Amino acid sequence: MLEKPQGMIRLEGVAKTFVMHLRGGARLPIVANVNFTVAAGTCVVLGGPSGIGKSSVLKMIYGNYRTDAGRILVSHRGEWRDVAAAPPRLVLEMRRETIGYVSQFLRTIPRVGALDIVTAAAHDGNVSEAEARGIASELLTRLNVPERLWSLPPATVSGGEQQRINIATGFAARRPVLLLDEPTASLDDANRAVVVELIAERKRRGVAILGIFHDAAVREQVADHIVDVTQFQPETAQHA
Amino acid sequence: MTSAPTYNFAYLDEQTKRMIRRALLKAVAIPGYQVPFASREMPMPFGWGTGGVQVTASVLGKDDVLKVIDQGADDTTNAVSIRRFFEKTAGVETTTRTQDATVIQTRHRIPETKLSDGQILVYQVPIPEPLRFLEPREVETRRLHALEDYGLMHVKLYEDIACHGHIATTYAYPVKVDGRYVMDPSPTPKFDNPKMDNCAALQLFGAGREKRIYALPPYTRVVSLDFEDHPFEPTRFTDKCSICGAEDSYLDEVITDDHGGRMFVCSDTDYCERRLGEQTSEAAQ
Amino acid sequence: MNGTGSIDERPLLVAESVSKYYGARVGCRDVSLDIHEGEVVAVVGESGSGKSTLLSVLSTQLPPTAGCVTYRMRDGVARDLFTLGEAERRFLLRTDWGFVHQDARLGLRMGVSAGGNVGERLMAVGWRNYAAIRSEAEQWLGRVEIDNDRIDDKPTAFSGGMRQRLQIAKNMVTRPRLVFMDEPTGGLDVSVQARLLDLIRSFVSTYGLAAIIVTHDLAVARLLSHRTIVMRHGSVIETGLTDQVLDDPREPYTQLLVSSILQG
Repeated sequence: MLEKPQGMIRLEGVAKTFVMHLRGGARLPIVANVNFTVAAGTCVVLGGPSGIGKSSVLKMIYGNYRTDAGRILVSHRGEWRDVAAAPPRLVLEMRRETIGYVSQFLRTIPRVGALDIVTAAAHDGNVSEAEARGIASELLTRLNVPERLWSLPPATVSGGEQQRINIATGFAARRPVLLLDEPTASLDDANRAVVVELIAERKRRGVAILGIFHDAAVREQVADHIVDVTQFQPETAQHA
Repeated sequence: MTSAPTYNFAYLDEQTKRMIRRALLKAVAIPGYQVPFASREMPMPFGWGTGGVQVTASVLGKDDVLKVIDQGADDTTNAVSIRRFFEKTAGVETTTRTQDATVIQTRHRIPETKLSDGQILVYQVPIPEPLRFLEPREVETRRLHALEDYGLMHVKLYEDIACHGHIATTYAYPVKVDGRYVMDPSPTPKFDNPKMDNCAALQLFGAGREKRIYALPPYTRVVSLDFEDHPFEPTRFTDKCSICGAEDSYLDEVITDDHGGRMFVCSDTDYCERRLGEQTSEAAQ
Repeated sequence: MNGTGSIDERPLLVAESVSKYYGARVGCRDVSLDIHEGEVVAVVGESGSGKSTLLSVLSTQLPPTAGCVTYRMRDGVARDLFTLGEAERRFLLRTDWGFVHQDARLGLRMGVSAGGNVGERLMAVGWRNYAAIRSEAEQWLGRVEIDNDRIDDKPTAFSGGMRQRLQIAKNMVTRPRLVFMDEPTGGLDVSVQARLLDLIRSFVSTYGLAAIIVTHDLAVARLLSHRTIVMRHGSVIETGLTDQVLDDPREPYTQLLVSSILQG
């Protein structure tokens, strides 16, 4: 049996291949034999050129993509749980309590205003509705989302504003693991700095962060460790 | 010379009477439950009381005394023809006096005079199914009765209150029989509903066109449906009968002239006459 | 929720190897699934996939040819639904369950006012105070965003979207734990759909509703459901977490379905 979790995320021998049946079953290997860990209170950055599979790795950890081989261990309720083998209800539980995710695309819910979305994200079991609203307001303010937009559904605001609401949503809940997929893309310098601050604050609180940042300067500021995903290319990987 | 046709006693053949009596026995055994029966073609059209006539024909014996009323009156067309029908086919004694009758066939009223042990009241029923207007499917209404699923009945009363501010149903007011079946009392005014409860007479209901029979054995509990905050209240009249002065009977409005003149008189003609008779003889003393 | 206030982790409804044949024709074949309190499962597929048949069997409106369906009643006991007496099943369908039809006319009494429609279930379970019934009806109409001044109007005077919302109110009034929905947004305008979906979504989270939603619209599945079952020709092709099935579809048919969505 595994010892008590050291760190928060641990990938062991993870592999993924897309099989595209609409193209006659063509196989598209993405990654193979992925191994790395992310410790609490640190930020690990996934590096490598575009298309190498960085987003896919994040999505596999979140349970959004299936994993074809290996284990993705996340420390959940004091124990290692393997996301790759977890049944749907467990994945949902882990997302509710342990794993937060800021994706590149904001899936908007019709008719729900920005403040309500972020408040809902902040409103977990330990925080009252009023406190959650306070946290949400603070985040939206820090990220320079004007108050007049707070009651509007995000689908009606600009791309940049949507991105910042997205970030606020991801940072609103207090989860011990945070996955960030290009959170600073299309942000200006001021807002980029806010995101860097938010990451630093979370690190101090012991959150384990795994992120993708295409901006070198931001990478410099936040990364404690860089994992180059190129080494997990299927052709060049060492097969166990 | 051709001879006049001879009829079996009370028109129906004996086998038919037995069939109807079997249905009546079932009906009496399950108060308020609609028993299907093979309604016959009668020498009067559907809608003219064929159900009541078939029931009366099945229970009538040669020593019975028959009274027939229509909206409380013995002398309207309907009542007169049915009474003549039985005079001709059964030869039984007929009367207009409620307390002298053993079998009373009625259309849409219950006599004011309290009925007694040994009397039979036969009602003419057009639509036996109380849920019909809200649930047109026969299969479904049978199921609702079987499962005692009567929420729909209260929906009807709710609609009345929502629409009119009070339960607007003034006749054919649904009742719950012996705590089990919901029944349509036939289009008698709701004023008459309390008379059905704990009545000493046997009450039989016949619907000829719809082919259903139901019954209330004597002394059966009959409760009108209502809401806690809109309890059942029988109609009260502010006028009294212009002929006999009764304050407790159901009144008909009679237009007396072309200038809007009107008067209110007892709908139950026998009751009115009797009261008048008593008053006259009292006055004479 | 059980008596102590915590959520019972056991499944609410379990279908095991359910099959329904119409003579030799397959309605659905060998379908197994379970659903827990507060969980929403979408059953997606094209016409003829068997999804509506499955819904009818699960809600006991059709008996299965094979397999069984068990349900955990309010007292905690799991019962085989097809051994229940008709009275019990009807009671279940009217109190602990809801059913939202694609065509609202099947789920409403068109000749009865909105208030009467919403109050019907209450009257069926013995409510006898007019004011209380009306007040409860008003509250639910408000929650589904129907103006209270429409309470005495008949659904014939309502738009399609309003009728659907009225259907939902009618079902919710007895606080069901499980709601079956058959293409709830079918035939509605897009903006009307959005409003309805938002309402369903908020009810699921506010009332901890479990729901099985049959739909051919993947966007509905994505918005409302936690898990998705994909059906084709009566069989289950793929099943799993909704975002996983839609973002990383494994089976050929699922990939075809997902790729067929028109991107705006």
